[in-house]
Amino acid sequence: MTFLPLIPATLLVAALATLPLYADGYCLSLSLSLLNYTVLATAWAMFSGPTRYVSLATVAFFGIGAYSVAVLGEVLPWPLVLLIAAAVGGAVALLVGLSTLRLSGVYFVVFTFGLAELIRQLVTWYEVNVTRALGRYVFVDVTQAQIYWQMLALATLVFLTGWLVGRSRLGFALRIIGDDETVAPHVGIDITIVKVALFALSAVFMTLAGAIMAPRWTYIDPAIAFNPMVSFQVLIMALLGGAGRLYGPLLGVIPLTLLFEFLIARFPNHFSIILGLVFLVIVYLVPNGVAGLTARRAAR
Amino acid sequence: MILIDALLSGVTLGGMYALIAMGLTLQYGVARIMNLSYGEFLIAAAFLAFWFFTGLGVNPPAGLLLVVPLAFLVNWAIYRALLTWLVARAKTRAALEVDSILATFGLLFVIQGIALVAFGGAYYSYSYLAVPVSVLGSTIAANRLVALAAAAVIGGGLYLVMTRTRLGTALRAVAVDPVAAQLVAIDIRAAAAFAFALGGGLVAAGGVLVSMFLTFSATMGVLFTMKALIVVIMGGVGNLMGCLVAGLLLGLAETLVSRFVDPGLTLAATFTLFLGILLWRPAGLFGKAAR
Amino acid sequence: MKHGLTGLLAGLLAGAALTALPALAQESVKIGWAISKTGPNAGGATISLIPNYEMWVKEINAAGGLKLGDKRLPITVVEYDDRSSSEEAVRAVERLINQDKVDFLLAPWGTGVNLAVGPVFAKAGYPQLATTAVNERAVELGKRWPNSFWFLGQGSAGAGALVEVLTNLRKDGKIGNTVAMVSVADGFGIDLSSAGRPLIEKAGFKLVYDKSYPVGTQDMAPIVTEVQRANPDVFVAFSYPPDTLGLTEQSRLLGFNPKVFYTGVGTAFPLYKQRFGANAQGVMGIGGWDASRPELQDYFKRHVAFANREPDRWASPITYAALQMLQQAIERVGRVDRAAVVKELQTGSFETIVGTMKMKDNIPTNLWWVGQWQDGEFYGIAPTTNQGARAPLFPKPAWVAQ
Repeated sequence: MTFLPLIPATLLVAALATLPLYADGYCLSLSLSLLNYTVLATAWAMFSGPTRYVSLATVAFFGIGAYSVAVLGEVLPWPLVLLIAAAVGGAVALLVGLSTLRLSGVYFVVFTFGLAELIRQLVTWYEVNVTRALGRYVFVDVTQAQIYWQMLALATLVFLTGWLVGRSRLGFALRIIGDDETVAPHVGIDITIVKVALFALSAVFMTLAGAIMAPRWTYIDPAIAFNPMVSFQVLIMALLGGAGRLYGPLLGVIPLTLLFEFLIARFPNHFSIILGLVFLVIVYLVPNGVAGLTARRAAR
Repeated sequence: MILIDALLSGVTLGGMYALIAMGLTLQYGVARIMNLSYGEFLIAAAFLAFWFFTGLGVNPPAGLLLVVPLAFLVNWAIYRALLTWLVARAKTRAALEVDSILATFGLLFVIQGIALVAFGGAYYSYSYLAVPVSVLGSTIAANRLVALAAAAVIGGGLYLVMTRTRLGTALRAVAVDPVAAQLVAIDIRAAAAFAFALGGGLVAAGGVLVSMFLTFSATMGVLFTMKALIVVIMGGVGNLMGCLVAGLLLGLAETLVSRFVDPGLTLAATFTLFLGILLWRPAGLFGKAAR
Repeated sequence: MKHGLTGLLAGLLAGAALTALPALAQESVKIGWAISKTGPNAGGATISLIPNYEMWVKEINAAGGLKLGDKRLPITVVEYDDRSSSEEAVRAVERLINQDKVDFLLAPWGTGVNLAVGPVFAKAGYPQLATTAVNERAVELGKRWPNSFWFLGQGSAGAGALVEVLTNLRKDGKIGNTVAMVSVADGFGIDLSSAGRPLIEKAGFKLVYDKSYPVGTQDMAPIVTEVQRANPDVFVAFSYPPDTLGLTEQSRLLGFNPKVFYTGVGTAFPLYKQRFGANAQGVMGIGGWDASRPELQDYFKRHVAFANREPDRWASPITYAALQMLQQAIERVGRVDRAAVVKELQTGSFETIVGTMKMKDNIPTNLWWVGQWQDGEFYGIAPTTNQGARAPLFPKPAWVAQ
């Protein structure tokens, strides 16, 4: 086991941490968005990469995080809010994980989508009939730089966790499951426990990302917190980057976020068409994700 | 009386769900393409029907005769031009699934973008056959009945084709096991292209029919994709009967909950039903277990 | 490294100080907006905001530009698509402020998105003229962010005006006591129904049906059937455009003919009239305008010529009026001084297409809350104290076959 990669990583994180000192609001905002999607996509791939279960529940956990802040943000100290959010997200993930992992392939995909929508509907119904106000206002005193630093810390944590998991028995178990699920039990791996544990772990990160981002929007309603496009975007970014490696999703997040940003500025009225075309071109030219591409280069 | 009322509107709604989902079950079940741009084709057909009706004076049922063959051809061309490549490239079914998700996600944006440029983001709606019809003592809109009847005819017709004809048998064989299908001299490429195009034709038919009574806009496609996906998964991928039953169940659940519990819980109820059925039968109502 | 960073910082600060000075040789006024061109909000934004923003810019430039001091400067536009997402909108607005360095911003579409970008507008001191946001805390927000103006005001005022109409009708012995209310389970519907519920009950009406339904529900048969069984005198729906059309269609099919039929967003759309023709007659809804004003008639013609369709009769005229206010405020100040413009907007009085506009607590004082289709036009009928308020047409004629 080598800790060598930790040195450049530490330097990188330190350099990124200085960003709010000199970047303007937009630059910071863009970096925050990059970090947010990095956390989500990496956390997504942490579970979905090795197990090959494609989850569309990302926004369910992200939304749970955001709602925890909306409900508790003004009454409890911030660290406690984050802790509670993480606990709720993790608990829901355990519950879901235990009940769904016998689904396979596309059934799991659509199940997780349905789950996110169900949570959104239930939250809506609760707000409408119990609190009698749909939106919640989040007036938490936090600056953009603080949000950025928190997100950076979370991103660091995700990568560190992913790196450690990859080196642990758990990671080994996962690789076996991904390669051949029928073999796994025969080599003494309890598939269910491994998968559920990982699902919960990845969900906790997604929940925290939602909690950290929530104060940025002032106002939260179920349509904002549980916007299904977030799940799709995370899925697409991770798949495009390559979900098989820890750094894979990052390679999807950065180009795609920047591409979106560029297209939206240059072609506000033909954004969709051009984005779609660019997307098709990427899919055809980069078959195994960006990570696959770089790995092939390296192998050559 | 109240019950008949509720059941009738539930069946009409369910018929509509089945109608918009049948194409997807063919595309995904037989052609193995997870088509995220499915709903965009529905919206495109709805816009065509709107344009035919308000611009050219062609009524929607007559519009079907134009739109459906057109959609069939367009989808066939898309499969041939864009998707065969992915199919040939994919080593495993999972790889094809990922590639088709990504590619059709791009396609979704292209089609939606074209619709936005052509029609803008505004809501569209028109009135055709919006006359009350009395059925078993309860009142229902004629255009919804037409859509229900079309769902029954298309569903029934397809079911017969799939079970009674050589072509249908070939398609089902491809759906069950593409490799073995090849062994019995079925051209799986042609069968898949045909299934994909047929699915495209069906969704266009759905789009034309629902445009008679739903308000739509260029950005609504994804809602229909997700609805269709849920019906398909709940019924079991590639199974037309499953599609019909799942659609009806969802429609009935929605209407009954709306009438007797709380309209605010309709979607919660349908998602609960969907999740519950998957937990009970992991491969959908009529699906065979995947492994 | 440290030296380099300090140098960089100093340079940036100097740069910021320079740009903060009024640009001496300014050749145009840069105006930016981020708006939902795609996603679920696109439907509303396309109808109420986009044509008005574009038409306003075109008209000003055709007249030579904004008059700053003794010069006329043309407007240049930077626009982004926020894809109906709060997060995208926040970023786009930050980009407009920091990268594009726009002189003024126009507001995005919808309550949620306007609240999301509120802090960014406030921090940078840009006036935020939110013309498509109804929210109960508008007054409080106007205090928290003095630069923000909430042109559609508070839901309770809307519900109050509706109750006023109903109370007057009952006083004349025209309607009884029963009200059925449905609302879409989204910000708008819930704000209005939560505000309306106590007001309706306090006024002595009885709610015989009171339910919400999820956004996106288009099959209204079960709801209208249940409402019809309750047989209310008054039907109130705080609905969104697709459901507004659905509810009306279903009521017509089932022959549900309450004496007062009120629906929410979308009733004031030209689409409503086009879809229901003669059946629109007597339908009440949110919004309205005083169509007898020559200024509005002229605006109507220009809008049709520009966008090739009629404007809606609620947010569109208010949006255009807000833009007129912005123009007048900028021209009165005579330079790009956002703080002075905000102050002028707060305290000044402005002549607009909808009449004289004045803000109180950053909300206009003369909004139309209840309108009614009368002979092909959607007239404002309440608050009855508004100038040009029409008498309601009563009862709503029964639906006819179409």
